[in-house]
Amino acid sequence: MSLALTESDITRALTRISHEILERNSGSSDLTILGIPTRGAHLAQRLASIIEGIEGTPVQVGTLDVTLHRDDLRMRTPRPLMETLIPTLGVEARTVILVDDVLFSGRTIRSALDALGEIGRPTRVQLAVLVDRGHRELPIKADFVGKNLPTSKSQSVKVSLREHDGVDEVRIEGESA
Amino acid sequence: MKHLLSINDIDKEFALTILDTAAEMAKVTEGPVKKLPTLRGKTVVNLFAEDSTRTRISFEAAAKRLSADVINFTAKGSSISKGESLKDTAQTLQALGADAVVIRHPASGAAHRLAQGKWINGTVINAGDGTHEHPSQALLDAYTIRKHLCGGTGDLSGIHVAIVGDIQHSRVARSNVLLLTKLGATVTLVAPPTLLPHQVEQWPVRVSYDFSAVLPTVDAVIMLRIQQERMSDLYFPSEREYSTLFGIDAERLALTKPNSILMHPGPMNRGLEISAEAADSDQSVVVEQVANGVSIRMAILYLFIAGSQESVNG
Repeated sequence: MSLALTESDITRALTRISHEILERNSGSSDLTILGIPTRGAHLAQRLASIIEGIEGTPVQVGTLDVTLHRDDLRMRTPRPLMETLIPTLGVEARTVILVDDVLFSGRTIRSALDALGEIGRPTRVQLAVLVDRGHRELPIKADFVGKNLPTSKSQSVKVSLREHDGVDEVRIEGESA
Repeated sequence: MKHLLSINDIDKEFALTILDTAAEMAKVTEGPVKKLPTLRGKTVVNLFAEDSTRTRISFEAAAKRLSADVINFTAKGSSISKGESLKDTAQTLQALGADAVVIRHPASGAAHRLAQGKWINGTVINAGDGTHEHPSQALLDAYTIRKHLCGGTGDLSGIHVAIVGDIQHSRVARSNVLLLTKLGATVTLVAPPTLLPHQVEQWPVRVSYDFSAVLPTVDAVIMLRIQQERMSDLYFPSEREYSTLFGIDAERLALTKPNSILMHPGPMNRGLEISAEAADSDQSVVVEQVANGVSIRMAILYLFIAGSQESVNG
């Protein structure tokens, strides 16, 4: 089990992504940042507070649960729903930044786009992930990536975050094929 | 867990999961698009061998919001009224490929019979069987109490609920006693002795014959309907006497704590167990119970049939 990102790696990556988001969108006034529970939601909060620190104005941040839109529902036992929390200005005519911890098959993000469509019509949607591990099964690409981690399909990427797991780190489990 | 036949089928943790899921379901359906793709391709049959408005349309709305196909099968105008047996009806439903059968039946145990009969592969959800149980009603009542009195989270410990009226014939009371006590609430049954079930002393509840004395201590009052159709004998001398002793009106409602809530599973007999003034008061959450019922039933359908339990049609 090898350590891929340390606490300071994660902090630096999130700081860089925050600057990239601001640069791409000329500021934060049109942004609604939505994290996908559970760890994506924590990452969204962190990005929002870094951006608030840079810009000096509050950022619209919330969570988006995608469970009911997943395409693998019938293949597994139902999971409890996580919280969806849309900030006051909503998503209509705004730039939504979706945030997740790991980008893998792309199916979670497809579900998120469907879930988003039911809440409103954003002007544009961008995707920020801490780790992109490859092996996409759908034509989906991240706009902001913390770290590209080449992995084999048999491996798993384990992201731990302070808020949820007590420690900040990313580990790769299993042997590379 | 495949079927929802009784509150005894679910433990406290799963009951809380249903309530949490319902809260999220309520939020998603507040948006402009009230439809989710979750149960696309699943078939839900509402098998109602007894009259019902709220429960049937509530299950129907819940299934449709989750994109399931809904087939309504009611006693009137179907072969049930021609004397078809439950087994033959069930086999018809099996042939239709029902993933879930929501059953309301006048006979206690009908849902259990349907689930254990091996006539169908789908999930059986009890929507009220005779005088036995009505689990989804109890879940929506617990949801309503939790939302108003517990901030929408956690269990119901510290909450005191009075269930008033025809306990003996009430499946709503049975399911509610099981669920509310499981969730940590204290329950007091208030009824004339003739309308209390046998061996009520073995239930995990308090019993009182004095409604007015109980009222100042409760957080929620659940009024039960006087079920004329289940009353073969005379259980009380007159409706007027019942109403005076066990009905709720504005005067009695004034005895409750100001933030307490008044509930009724419907349909209400206005003027008998509940006065119009009480039913339409600010403390009454009767209409909200109906809305909460849709969220609870969406949660039940999602948690019981969305997943990979043995596939139907097999």
